[in-house]
Amino acid sequence: MSEKVRLIEVKEEILSDNNRLAGALRERLGSAGTMLLNLMSSPGSGKTSLILRTIEGLGGSLRIGVIEADIDSTVDAEKVASRGIPAVQLRTGGFCHLDVAMVARGLEALPADRLDLVIIENVGNLVCPAEFDTGAHRNAMILSVPEGDDKPLKYPLMFSLCDLLVINKIDYLSMSDFDTAALRERVLALNPRIEILEASCRTGAGIDGWIHWLRREASSFKA
Amino acid sequence: MHELPVTESILKIVLKHAGANGVRRVRTIRLTVGRLSDLEDEWIQRYFDYLSKGTVAEGARLEIERAPIVMQCGACRVSYEIELADMSGATCPGCGGKGGSLVSGREYTVREMEAE
Repeated sequence: MSEKVRLIEVKEEILSDNNRLAGALRERLGSAGTMLLNLMSSPGSGKTSLILRTIEGLGGSLRIGVIEADIDSTVDAEKVASRGIPAVQLRTGGFCHLDVAMVARGLEALPADRLDLVIIENVGNLVCPAEFDTGAHRNAMILSVPEGDDKPLKYPLMFSLCDLLVINKIDYLSMSDFDTAALRERVLALNPRIEILEASCRTGAGIDGWIHWLRREASSFKA
Repeated sequence: MHELPVTESILKIVLKHAGANGVRRVRTIRLTVGRLSDLEDEWIQRYFDYLSKGTVAEGARLEIERAPIVMQCGACRVSYEIELADMSGATCPGCGGKGGSLVSGREYTVREMEAE
């Protein structure tokens, strides 16, 4: 050891920049009466379908905008925009998740101040999006029946931090050995305060419960 | 899967503290990462080696300590450590109650560094 080695105490959160910006964004949007919702799930579980059902179900009763995140395509934003809803596509360029800086860029492209609700469709992935605060006021996730009832065992973090779980594709239940009761038990063990809804974006079953939840949560941001 | 942005943040914090302390070379960086994170130690080191080229942190070794996952029982409020694989079948060692709320296990902290 030729040079004198010193020990420097750092004690700094690695994600503190992101978390600080996320807190500030949450506060800014909340005081403007806009709820930001982060929607997460695996690829193909029905995030875009649920958003399209949402547009239909709200029928203009809430002014909404959508931030679509995708590794490298614009198909989701095009589908949403074709329904007359302001939508922006963020290409994450290979990134597996959204952070608050990307969300803030997306919001700049939307008339956010005039919206009651902005839905972030996060990158399809049950791992990484759970680790980064997007600045959202609420986190919701979808688990679809074909994915299996064992997912809380594999991805506990995602289930432990969401406010709402939508079990989608319940029209597939009769063709599957998916055990809804076992799933509920596993999820509630991880997160006792989570709300769980069952729905099918294909048939429309249970969508009213989702719309009710959205209206209720968004109304808490209005004075 | 998201080691790159996390490693960028680590380097930024390390260089800030290195600058403030007049450091010429960083030897070791000690991190605490919660067991709920899926970061791979080997990839963090690889990204760090790449990103830190030409800085005082070039060649520094990362030592990662894993912090346990802690849950709190909803019934008796006892906090207990649990392994990732056992989380959704969690049973309170105090009262036998099922499940609970997450207390910790998501840490991402630069604890300290050894430098010249």
